[in-house]
Amino acid sequence: MSTTATVETAGGTTGRRRPPLRSVLIWTAVAAVGAVAWTVLALARGETVSALWILFAALCSYAIAYRFYSRWIARRVLRVDDSRATPAERNADGRDYDITDRRVLFGHHFAAIAGAGPLVGPVLAAQMGYLPGTIWIIVGVIFAGAVQDMTVLFFSMRRNGKSLGQMVREEIGLVGGIAALIAVFAIMIIILAVLALIVVNALAESPWGVFSIALTIPIALFMGIYLRVLRPGRVLEATGIGVALLLAAVIGGGYVEDTPLGDALTLSKEWLVLALVVYGFVASVLPVWLLLTPRDYLSTFMKVGVIVLLAIGLLLARPVLAADAVTDFAKEGNGPVFAGSLFPFVFITIACGALSGFHALISSGTTPKMLAKESHVRLIGYGGMLMESFVAISALIAAVVIDQGLYYAMNAPAGATGGTAETAATFVQGLGFDTSAEDLAAAAAAVQEPSLISRTGGAPTLAVGISNILTDAFGGSLAAFWYHFAIMFEALFILTAVDAGTRVGRFMLQDTVGNVWKRFGDLTWRPGNVIASAVVVALWGSILYLGVTDPLGGVNQLFPLFGIANQLLAAIALLLVTVLLVKHGRARYAWVSGIPLVWDLVVTMTASYQKVFSDDPAVGYFAQRERYADARDAGEVLAPAQDVGQMDQVIRNSTLNGVLQAVFAVLVLVVAVHAVVVVVRALRTRGGVPTTEEPPVPSNLVEPAGLFATAEEKRAMARHDAEQRELTGSRS
Amino acid sequence: MTTAGPLTRAWRGVRWYLREWSGEARWDDYLAECAEHGHPPMSRREFERIRSAVAERRAVDRCC
Repeated sequence: MSTTATVETAGGTTGRRRPPLRSVLIWTAVAAVGAVAWTVLALARGETVSALWILFAALCSYAIAYRFYSRWIARRVLRVDDSRATPAERNADGRDYDITDRRVLFGHHFAAIAGAGPLVGPVLAAQMGYLPGTIWIIVGVIFAGAVQDMTVLFFSMRRNGKSLGQMVREEIGLVGGIAALIAVFAIMIIILAVLALIVVNALAESPWGVFSIALTIPIALFMGIYLRVLRPGRVLEATGIGVALLLAAVIGGGYVEDTPLGDALTLSKEWLVLALVVYGFVASVLPVWLLLTPRDYLSTFMKVGVIVLLAIGLLLARPVLAADAVTDFAKEGNGPVFAGSLFPFVFITIACGALSGFHALISSGTTPKMLAKESHVRLIGYGGMLMESFVAISALIAAVVIDQGLYYAMNAPAGATGGTAETAATFVQGLGFDTSAEDLAAAAAAVQEPSLISRTGGAPTLAVGISNILTDAFGGSLAAFWYHFAIMFEALFILTAVDAGTRVGRFMLQDTVGNVWKRFGDLTWRPGNVIASAVVVALWGSILYLGVTDPLGGVNQLFPLFGIANQLLAAIALLLVTVLLVKHGRARYAWVSGIPLVWDLVVTMTASYQKVFSDDPAVGYFAQRERYADARDAGEVLAPAQDVGQMDQVIRNSTLNGVLQAVFAVLVLVVAVHAVVVVVRALRTRGGVPTTEEPPVPSNLVEPAGLFATAEEKRAMARHDAEQRELTGSRS
Repeated sequence: MTTAGPLTRAWRGVRWYLREWSGEARWDDYLAECAEHGHPPMSRREFERIRSAVAERRAVDRCC
């Protein structure tokens, strides 16, 4: 067979060769730079530290982890085998199963996993200082997040691209499977609500933001019609026009502000909720070619563009860290952005970028059906997640280089800051930061926003950070343009996530209900689509509304729920991987997913326990409920609530959040108990137990394993091509 | 083409990547396949309609 060459290079069956001197020198240098960067970050106290040290610590750590750890996992733990045909090769139908170039698939996979999460979480976690977030993002991605993405991708690929829920049902059992299914659906609803909440907080009372975001809808519709009717299939042309129009919309927003149109676009949070809910519903029942697909092209191009721009900006501006390495809030657990101490809450707040359970759904969705070679799980699963982690690190840097007085004025809930520059300045001074009402007003004026006080949710803070960095890097007086550009790009892909997520939720609902009511499961049945979409939108819309009107601040209340939910999903994914490693007779390597699993369970269960049982009303949902219920019964009104109605609201919301929190944790525990039973049973059986892995089929494809083809791989490909030509030539 | 060599190659690479990523290249693949088997190809409009009908039934994976 012509595939032997790739088998040898990827399988690692040949004897250990001495590495060439050049590669030893390069990797020693990478390790040295990384070590210096970490040392500077760890030891610096009180002096000015450049933010670039964070960037270098991250890049060097990623490089070493990718080169050594991910390769070891691929070869020893998973034993990827390029002589086996992947589902894409076996079932190629040009639709679901499609052999895809590894570099192109990397782009698809990255576009699917990277969203607003890695941009927002690190901004909120900056309350703890720059060091905890930096360490968790880098160490977390190397040992947990990237491992999860890569191993789930591998096991799904070995099972024809089965979904996470299906695999849990088949490998861990029916009860575990049902628990996982409910957990996935509920977590999705929470995620959609929190993402929408971030958009609402970024756009409320901001006519410039509303104007440019609203215009993305007609722009996407125009692109959809262009691609359908005017010039079918010319995606790059249409996207080019779309991006140009989008930039024009951002610039145009600056001119509508002081016009009657600007007044009309100054929307309250409640109106924005309504607009989002209507948008989410309409978008999820419209044909995808009209809105979703073109909008997705736009948001992906903008996403990649902004990330590249920010990376260049950081290198040029070389900002200095303004936050402390570890703040007092980290030790005391009394921070205004979100309550709770460093452990476990930093590891909850930063989910995406370090470990994100949601990725397990994507690694067991489209991507495994498109892999050309088994060895590509390393580049796409592990490499893709490292890239997302880099986005998170950039966001963290943007949040810790801005003036910290401004940071707290923007991120503390309105109940704490009082909503005006004067009250906010007093509040922030009380926290021990240097600022004044004039400073806060000047910061808002610089980006042409009416106010920046309590613009929670992370997006506005990130936009201020990006605006500062890019203004420093490229000069000019474009601060307001960069701010609204950043807001537009964040809102753009959150909206894409909202319509795509609503659609996925609709499919899940139709699929599940379809088991008992056949007609409902038919995706082409219009009434079924409409009902399922309405249910999904109503669910996340109502949680969104509760968050927006929460007197205690929606982000403060809901973000922990979002983070814990995402990490609990990761626990389910890591449980599955651990069970499969044991079942395949590789229990000695089970620690690879077992250690991140135990860490994740300890973190999420501690956090869940505290959110449910803590006596501290700032942390525990039920303690909070009790405090407000007692006060109401005594006829008092507790700040920040302003009347009895708001007291009732706090009581209702904390009860709901507490119940949701408890349900999520119990669902994961159900899966965990079942997984332990399966593991014990498998360990008692020697040599592994049967799984649902597809039997091997020899592959007839020759492809390079890594990002760049080695000389050996190029020769193997050329040889294979020649043979194929010979074969087809002799046949005709 | 001494100085334009690497630039042209880079541009071709970027173009190839974007066309593959966005799915535009599917049309070229289809034309090539038709030519190989001697089928007359359908119109581009028809081809793209079929592709979007397939996309309709597929969930778009987008994460947070």
